Amino acid sequence: MQLYLPIAEVSVNAFLLLGLGGIVGFLSGMFGVGGGFLITPLLFFIGVPPAVAVATGANQVVASSISGVLAQVRRKAVDFHMGTVLLIGGMAGSGVGIWVFQWMTRLGQVDLFVQLSYVLFLGLIGAMMLQESLRSWFRSQKGGPVRRSHVHTWVHGLPLKMKFRASGLYISVLPPLAVGALVGFLAAIMGVGGGFVMVPAMIYLLGMPTKVVVGTSLFQIIFVTAFTTLMHAVTSQTVDILLAFLLIVGGVIGAQIGTTIGVRLKAEQLRILLALLVLAVSVKIALDLLLRPSELYSVVPGILP
Amino acid sequence: MKWLAHLHGVTCAAILALLPLPALAVESIVAGLSQNRVSITADFDGSEILVYGAVKRNAPAPDDPIEVIITVEGPATPVTIRKKDRRAGIWINTEAVEVDAAPSFYAVATTGPLRQILTETEDLRHRITLPRVIRAVGAATEDGGPDEFIDAMQRIRLSESRYKVLQGAVELTEQTLFRADIVLPSNLTEGEYRVRIFLTRGGRVVDAQDRVVGVRKEGLERLLFNMSREQPLIYGLLSLLMAAGAGWAASAGFRILRS
Repeated sequence: MQLYLPIAEVSVNAFLLLGLGGIVGFLSGMFGVGGGFLITPLLFFIGVPPAVAVATGANQVVASSISGVLAQVRRKAVDFHMGTVLLIGGMAGSGVGIWVFQWMTRLGQVDLFVQLSYVLFLGLIGAMMLQESLRSWFRSQKGGPVRRSHVHTWVHGLPLKMKFRASGLYISVLPPLAVGALVGFLAAIMGVGGGFVMVPAMIYLLGMPTKVVVGTSLFQIIFVTAFTTLMHAVTSQTVDILLAFLLIVGGVIGAQIGTTIGVRLKAEQLRILLALLVLAVSVKIALDLLLRPSELYSVVPGILP
Repeated sequence: MKWLAHLHGVTCAAILALLPLPALAVESIVAGLSQNRVSITADFDGSEILVYGAVKRNAPAPDDPIEVIITVEGPATPVTIRKKDRRAGIWINTEAVEVDAAPSFYAVATTGPLRQILTETEDLRHRITLPRVIRAVGAATEDGGPDEFIDAMQRIRLSESRYKVLQGAVELTEQTLFRADIVLPSNLTEGEYRVRIFLTRGGRVVDAQDRVVGVRKEGLERLLFNMSREQPLIYGLLSLLMAAGAGWAASAGFRILRS
């Protein structure tokens, strides 16, 4: 069934959109990533203009994140205190990120900058996660001594300590603020919710238990992507509500299924799968940059800013 | 005064009609369109315009055959054409050419090969072939040789079916009746689509006619589009509300399903 999208101005198969939304929602519910780094390239691929894909993708992530968070809240796997602290840092970081983004746009190399950040951050994080999760998976297979969940380092000597009951942490608010700011910065530059950066940062930098990471990450993503959607709707008018609706219907169902399967998997397995996914996207973008494109030219409606 | 103006118009027309016509202009077009408006609704999946008509003659037809050319031109939009180049091992956009106005859609249908039925001079005057149409706008923007960029745009848009060259797609019966179906793609831009019909003989244009087809979003499409432009804040909040509602509904729905 073909459906004409009023803002994107293309006609797309409605079931294809439901399917795309479903796949991304599934991954979102399973790993606690918003899925922005997947939905945007997929929408480009089916012919939706890039600007509309970025803005509408953000709107879709809002819905799947809310659906995911509600499922996690019932499981008491959301650390609202931690989420709020991360969010405060995130808002500051995204403010700086938007400013840098505009600066890169003026220099005329924003596409390259975005692609390079994708390759760099996704590659780095994917490799780190894969290496760590494989190691701990092998250790658990052998049945060796269990490592302590977190090690006391200089991080624990910082002032402004706060209790994060759901995470079972008593640490300074400074590291979560910094992590939030870094993620907000990257999110603004790369046009994504930042879950794929946030999840590993929470596990490895803050030492949060994997159980609460997914819900807390989703909680924070809701606000970052809601803010992004609103900004796009007002400034560039590129949110396609009909496109978003179809992606969302598929997405929220996918997210529920993903969450159900996610809790059955072992934490290490979950992390290995996410690491592989992140690495795959990184390699794909790297290849786009390295291989000679079949068409050297591209035609974009509208004049460069 | 209106009445006077009207009278004036009538007089002008009468005088024009009395003027001796060039020998070739004894043939003229009587044409119609299957529709003069296209509505883009939610289930819109492309459309078709049937252009039909007849050649009206005051005298018997000369020996060499008459030819028909039909063009459909969509509203012009600015475009940016970028070129990738290899720098330090990676392919990045290095150069860009901006075109002020390029047609968002252009189709040219004919009874035969354009090269044979239309001379260079006539093409230049009426801007009928694709290179002429694009060149006319491209030349106005850049002087640093954007030729390869314009060629690239033509190539890309031909492959996207935004531009079409349909040689031999106009059916001509008995040197008099003609018809052509022009398929409009589903990714139409809103606006006025200009339909032009040319009669040529020996490569020269003997008569031409202009029609307009209005393409507009209707119903839900119109409502959403207008709202996104006129009330962007409310539209944005509505999008978020929809997202939140759907997220909650799915979560609640699944809880009921499981219990």
